This record gives sequence, C-alpha cells and structure tokens, in this order.
Amino acid sequence: MTQPDTLEVRINGETRRVSAGSTIAALVAQIGLDPARVAVERNLEIVPRSTLASVAVADGDAFEIVHFVGGG
Amino acid sequence: MPETSNDSWIVAGRTFSSRLIVGTGKYKDFAQNAAAVEASGAEIVTVAVRRVNISDPSQPVLMDYIDPKKITYLPNTAGCFTAEDAIRTLRLAREAGGWDLVKLEVLGEARTLYPNMRETLRATEVLANEGFLPMVYCVDDPIAAQQLEEAGAVAIMPLGAPIGSGLGLQNQVTIRLIVEGAKVPVLVDAGVGTASDAAVAMELGCDGVLMNTAIAEAKDPIRMARAMRLAVEAGREAYLAGRMQKRRYADPSSPLAGLI
Repeated sequence: MTQPDTLEVRINGETRRVSAGSTIAALVAQIGLDPARVAVERNLEIVPRSTLASVAVADGDAFEIVHFVGGG
Repeated sequence: MPETSNDSWIVAGRTFSSRLIVGTGKYKDFAQNAAAVEASGAEIVTVAVRRVNISDPSQPVLMDYIDPKKITYLPNTAGCFTAEDAIRTLRLAREAGGWDLVKLEVLGEARTLYPNMRETLRATEVLANEGFLPMVYCVDDPIAAQQLEEAGAVAIMPLGAPIGSGLGLQNQVTIRLIVEGAKVPVLVDAGVGTASDAAVAMELGCDGVLMNTAIAEAKDPIRMARAMRLAVEAGREAYLAGRMQKRRYADPSSPLAGLI
C-alpha cells in the first residue's frame, strides 16, 4: 500500500522511501552523507552539485551516490 | 652539482617535482596508506570511484587520511570494461572532486587486466572533447601510444607487466620507443615489483612511474615506499647523467702504465 506523502526511490540499488517534496540535497543529508564529498547521478544523468538543493526527488527515481575510495 | 629537486615534470600544464605516482588500494588500513604516501614523496595518488555504503555512511573515508588539498587525487576507472562505463565514472569523479586530470583505463578481460585499446581510444576522444585531461593506461605499443596522443591523451601510461603482477618491465624496447616518440609525458603504469624495476623505467627516459601493489603488498610498505622514491630518483639521475657504453669485454679501470 502506498503512502501518499512518501516517494519510493532506489539508491545504490536499495529501495528507500523519502518524504514527498524532498530535494536531492535533503536526501543525501538524510542518509548521513556530506554532499561536498559525493557525486550524485539521477536516472543515469549527473546532478550538478550546484543544483542538488533545488532539484526535487520524483517517485521512481534511481540514484547512484559515489565517493572516492582507495584504488590503483 | 645539478639538483634533483629542480628536475620537475609537467603534465597538462601542471608541474610536479615527484615522479612517483602511487595507488591507494590494498593497504591494511588508511593510516598505513597515508604513511606510505608520505614516505614515497608522491604528490599524486590514484583513487577509485565507488558507491557510498548508504547503510553505514559513518565509516572512515580516504579523504580523512589523505588530504586532497595537499595531494592531487587522480580518479581512475579501474574495473571499467567499456568506454561508456569509464566515461560515466569520470563524469561522476569530476562532479565529486572537481578534478579534470584523470586516469583512464578500460580493461579487456579480468584474467590479465590487459587494456582494451579500441575502447580506450574511443573513451580518450570523448573525454578530451568534454574537457577532461586523460592520462591513459595502455599497451606498450608505440603506434597505439601515438594514436592516444592524437586523440587527446595528456600522458601515455604503458604497462610494464600485468597489473598487480610485480614482474618488472617485460619489454624495455617498446617502452623506450614510446618515450622517444611521445610529446606528452610517459609513465610506466603497472608491473613494477621492486625498486630496481622502477629504476629501469626511469633509466629508459620515462617521465615517471605509477605503482600500487609493489608498495602495498611489501612486508613493510612504508619502507618499500621510501625505496621506490629513492629508486625513481636514482633512475632519473642515471638517465640524465647518461650511462656508459656497454662493452663486450673487460676494460681496466687502473692505468696500465707504471706497473711494477
């Protein structure tokens, strides 16, 4: 059963529910991440850092949130 | 006496004094990794781009230990097997860190981690057109190196041996030919196992060496990092000094005249 005030999204392959009207910046903060240290892709499109706080999350959005890890 | 410290090199208009680039994978922990970077004297480290663990976002991260304001992060595309995956990864990297100097590698198969040059060349063109400055991991083939340079590679990075193998430079002739033909910096990327391998690369005239496993999997990584710094410096000095010609037979070092 769907709650009208929340949206279903996929983040890094996991299904999550977020409040309707959330921005991507709010979503990132809700997960507990520092937006300055990650990059966000929404439905295969890069979300420029400058727009994270203005773009609203839509129902069914698929996000990839990445950061830098050790590598060669 | 010429000073090694003045012997800097330039990639895409950026000047560095250390000719050693180190990876940040396979270390026991971040503290050991940071200590090894310090001991290596490296000014550039390669980093990978991966999904954040959204279930446990409070885990320590690389940036807490290696400060990107002091050390240049070179995002790589390790694990990418198509041009599209590599381009997507680097677009994300640019958004995450703002860096346009990147390491492109497009792999052909998991067993050898040999580069897929058709995909690598295609990705180089696309990335260069998008304003990236790609330093490109490639086969040790002088013609492929030329093609990459024409496509916009800002550095050519041929393998000395398969990634993580530690076998040392398998084909010194092709590495030398690439160095002689290139107008952009050439760095041996992959295959170095111990200090003498790094020195060999530098003696061939390479502008630098990139390594990860040789340091990370040494019994004492921090000591090996220091060894690699010294080897790169020694190899570079030997290259600049110009080595003696090889002879087929002996030639005495003491004068023959005045023998009793």
